[in-house]
Amino acid sequence: MSKLKVAFFDFACCEGCQLQVYNLEEEILDLLQLVEPVEWREAMSDQNDDYDVAIIEGSITRKEDERRLKAIRQNAKILIAFGSCATTGGVNKLKNNFEMQDVKKYVYGKDANMPHLNTYPTKGANEVVKVDYMVHGCPINIKEFSYIIRCLAIGKEPKIPNYPVCVECKMKENVCRFEYGEICLGPITRAGCDAKCPSSGMWCFGCRGFVDDPNVNAAKDVMAEYGKTLDDLRSKMLLFGSKQEF
Amino acid sequence: MIKKVDISVDHVTRVEGHGNIRLRASDGKVEHVEWQVPEAPRFFEAMVRGRSFEDIQTIVSRICGICSVTHSLASIKGVEDAMGIKVSGQTDKLRILCHYGEQMESHSLHVGYLVAPDLLGQNSVIPLVESHPDVIKTVIRLHRLGNTWMEIIGGRMTHPITLKPGGFTAIPSEQQLRELKKSIEDAVPDLKILADVILSLADKLPTFDRETEYIALKYPDYYTFYHGDIGSTDTDEQVPVQQFERVVNEYVSPQSTAKWCKWHRDSYAVGALARFNLNAEQLLPMAAETAKKFGLKKGACNPYLNNVAQVIECVQVAEHSLQLIDELLTKGLKPEPVKVEPKAGEGVGCVEAPRGILFHRYAFDEKGLCTKANICIPTGQNHANIQKDFEAFAPQIIDRDQDEIRLLLEMLVRAYDPCISCSTHFLNVKFV
Repeated sequence: MSKLKVAFFDFACCEGCQLQVYNLEEEILDLLQLVEPVEWREAMSDQNDDYDVAIIEGSITRKEDERRLKAIRQNAKILIAFGSCATTGGVNKLKNNFEMQDVKKYVYGKDANMPHLNTYPTKGANEVVKVDYMVHGCPINIKEFSYIIRCLAIGKEPKIPNYPVCVECKMKENVCRFEYGEICLGPITRAGCDAKCPSSGMWCFGCRGFVDDPNVNAAKDVMAEYGKTLDDLRSKMLLFGSKQEF
Repeated sequence: MIKKVDISVDHVTRVEGHGNIRLRASDGKVEHVEWQVPEAPRFFEAMVRGRSFEDIQTIVSRICGICSVTHSLASIKGVEDAMGIKVSGQTDKLRILCHYGEQMESHSLHVGYLVAPDLLGQNSVIPLVESHPDVIKTVIRLHRLGNTWMEIIGGRMTHPITLKPGGFTAIPSEQQLRELKKSIEDAVPDLKILADVILSLADKLPTFDRETEYIALKYPDYYTFYHGDIGSTDTDEQVPVQQFERVVNEYVSPQSTAKWCKWHRDSYAVGALARFNLNAEQLLPMAAETAKKFGLKKGACNPYLNNVAQVIECVQVAEHSLQLIDELLTKGLKPEPVKVEPKAGEGVGCVEAPRGILFHRYAFDEKGLCTKANICIPTGQNHANIQKDFEAFAPQIIDRDQDEIRLLLEMLVRAYDPCISCSTHFLNVKFV
């Protein structure tokens, strides 16, 4: 079996999702039996345009990013959005709540108009090109990534959870964050993270984006039970993929 | 014939983020050498405005995947300074412990996966899997230890969950701490192997001394990554972190698009070597022994030795963690629910990232909403020093083969363990 040629590309992000690949530790050695990294700037000096799978990390925030991503799409047979910044725009979308000129001026003062500081409202990868698969999360769940890559290497369709975080949270027998008077995005956020945040005493801030068809009525019931409204829930949707609609 | 050297490296590899190297020389004379950071900034300081003090950590942790605990801690300390919040001894120790996990993870990744290929003549760690399996397995074990360590205390390997202003959302069990202690004790032989491997390759580190100013936290009680005032090798004066702007003096250089920093000279350096140069006498016995093995002494000014200082620090954080865990277990862990009442104020948080000193400044209104933020990251503070190193080193090596020059300059950048995503987004090398 010929190995799947994989290339990593990063845009505006913290590169923490690429870091998760290192965090596979010994499992990397197994994955290397199935795939051949041909470009991975964070780890390798080699560069190569001949790849089957392009893994896109980070958000699109400039015209030149958009051109680069489109060129990658043309080269790639399969394109994967890797991590929240690529799947939904992630934390970078907080910027979209402000005027771009104000944002630039705030950080760079009188240098704000220098050409290299150009920026436009943040986009996820799928707002620019067709995305074939999404590895959700901030950071990604490395087990899920490994699973998706293994599926692609053997030509199987990966199954990504399409139920809310509450399902996984309940299975972990956590006390509901609403019981603590908090607002948690668990009822509408896509599972697959193993409910890591609520299991560590923190409400879910929705880094994996919403499930495909959020059960708004059920969410409404949960909110009512704790004397809260859907607008309260919406108010918490700022941190990641700012103000996604549902 | 006039020998021309024309080097242009776009996106230096095996570093976090993007940067460029430009070098042009003719007939043995360097005409132009430049360290460039073509920034695609992410505007975190602007984005946190209007957000609650409780959410700042969740946001700014995402500045950097590889120092997310450090950014989390700096922001939390900033919030606590602004609101006059005091934390318990238990919280203090657990935070330092979590931070040490990140130092171990980051240093072992940098030395083992990113620098070792240069010393072994390879383009990446991947060929080393076959050629040096024992070395790679040692690095993998240490790297995993750092990760598990952060996960036990922070709730996740990258982007910690539990670290919040005032304390923790959840604390580990005593059993987990005992297990962590055991894993750290078990890692001592691996730390020795790592040190011996780097020691055996130390002659591959280029010889290049250039005196500069080194800046790091200083604290009387121990070799610090978390508490203390700002110290420098150029002065005995120590500056409270609240006045960090007096030290960093950011300025725009016509030579570079990135902001540069200077205090007593044109540039200064931060990171493992800076901490060593300021605090080496506080190293614990095993770490001090490791330093002795390498013959590393205070006053070292070869930037490539930053990699050696990182190895020494891996031993230091392991050793200090064993003490901290003993202290925590002796006292017994107890849940300390956090309730913070917001109030208006301004404050600074400072900690040592694996790659150097980091400052966060925030202001909040009476509801605890952020009104102002300023973040000064270690890689930004090193940019000017990298440029000054280039200017001094390039003429010394200009007679060598172009590929060798390129490699030496790339290795120099890599030695600083730059995390350009933090400061910006792009790193490339162009020989123009």
